[in-house]
Amino acid sequence: MLDLGSVADRLAKNKYDLDDASHIELDQALARSTGTDKLLVRVCPAHVYSEAPDGTIAVQHAACMECGTCLAVAAPGTLRWHYPAGGFGVAFREG
Amino acid sequence: MTPTPDPAAVDFDVIVVGAGVAGCVTAYQLARAGHEVLLVERGAQLGSKNLSGGILYCRVMEQVWPDFVARAPVERRITRNRVVFLNEGSLVGLDYWDGRLADPVNAVSVLRAKLDAWLGEQCESAGVTVMPGMRVDELVRDGERIVGIRVGEDVLRSHVVVAADGVNSFLCRGAGIRGAEPAKHLALGVKSVVGLPRSVIEDRFGVAGDEGVAYAVVGDCTAGLGGGGFLYTNRESVSVGVVVRLDELERSAGASPSEIHDRFLSHPAVAPLLRGGELLEYGCHLVAEGGQAMVHDLVRPGLVVVGDAAGLTLNTGLTVRGMDLAAGSAIAAAKAVHEALALGDTSAEMLAAYPAELDRSFVGRDLRTYAKAPAFLETRRMYRAYGLIAADVLHAVFDLDTTPRRHLVPTAFGALRHSPVRLRQVLRDGIGAARAL
Repeated sequence: MLDLGSVADRLAKNKYDLDDASHIELDQALARSTGTDKLLVRVCPAHVYSEAPDGTIAVQHAACMECGTCLAVAAPGTLRWHYPAGGFGVAFREG
Repeated sequence: MTPTPDPAAVDFDVIVVGAGVAGCVTAYQLARAGHEVLLVERGAQLGSKNLSGGILYCRVMEQVWPDFVARAPVERRITRNRVVFLNEGSLVGLDYWDGRLADPVNAVSVLRAKLDAWLGEQCESAGVTVMPGMRVDELVRDGERIVGIRVGEDVLRSHVVVAADGVNSFLCRGAGIRGAEPAKHLALGVKSVVGLPRSVIEDRFGVAGDEGVAYAVVGDCTAGLGGGGFLYTNRESVSVGVVVRLDELERSAGASPSEIHDRFLSHPAVAPLLRGGELLEYGCHLVAEGGQAMVHDLVRPGLVVVGDAAGLTLNTGLTVRGMDLAAGSAIAAAKAVHEALALGDTSAEMLAAYPAELDRSFVGRDLRTYAKAPAFLETRRMYRAYGLIAADVLHAVFDLDTTPRRHLVPTAFGALRHSPVRLRQVLRDGIGAARAL
């Protein structure tokens, strides 16, 4: 059986050039009232979004694989998401 | 008619944004035609942001590089296609191998980090100025006309900008060409590249030399959601994963794409194919799934849109196409842009030669032929019920337990009676499939 490991383990094998500045901004209150908070936690394949003990959504931008799924499903106005600055972010070696 | 700006005021004749298949082919064709071309890419290396399944239906590439398959870093020539209905505890499939698919080569597996780096080298050798590591922030306008791009505080001007910035195309959103896409027009692909020795791939998949196999899977691979699974052999790895429509993901409480991916890879019919492998890379990408309905305006004054940014993809159930349509759109766009530059008129009216040419090409023809495919592929029965019925019919044929057999037709009606599907639905879906696919 192929050992995939956790999503975090897999991402650790991927190559990233990290930008300290986040390319993701979430409006916590609006995300909660629209249900976007739970949706983002569920659909992001890189598990960028997670629910903190206080109910807010923690955003780990460094894990982002830049697919754009979060932006496509988020309620209007909840999420500001752009690609990271030039040269930063995930760097696929296989693709 | 909009006058073309003073030539002295431009930095390049053409600026291409995005170095995928569409951007590289457009840039290469225009440089070969004698134009000054800038190719801007946000990845630090060409190919580092790009990800496909990925089967490239490669004949169109020969219009640009006649010896493409021999020279480009392709993985395997696909001579074997497997189409599979996967259930939780069974599978029913079609296995199609054909020596004719080896010559001429119609389909190859590719890994984009390698392929797109090569495409970039071709561009450079043709005289394209390639600038990686630059994210374009927005288009620069003069009235209605697109006159260049802004990168940070720098503005670069050109007669024509080519938006080849992929499925999320921020340029098209910024230009008002495209709004928010309906969720059913988008799907999320999640893929693992699993390293396996060459000899293991040849033995396990029954392929020799540089030939390879492509699996298209439907059913339990997406836990019954609209979408599918795939497995493609590379030289020394396999690309394996799932594609799930975003409307289905949104609708299904509890469905997580990473879990659906893991579930497919650990399915008893799939896990043995990956045994002993090493995970090389885990990645994801959005896929345009809207077909013809998703293709929007392709031209503005001083701007053309190509490839995924234009929504040019086709999922016919059996084949999933994007890169070949990207190349086809690039060839048509480059031709129109060249003619517009030669006449010194890059107005929307002149550039409209691009969508006209695209419409006449295999891209436009195939989009029309499969215009009903996306709607048909919303048929929920495809993703669970039909695979189970097929397995029940075959089970009744092969499970010879000394009870008396019946002919195939009553056996099939028996299987149908035990499923939630009604005969008239089967007939309607059969007609739908015949019309759409």
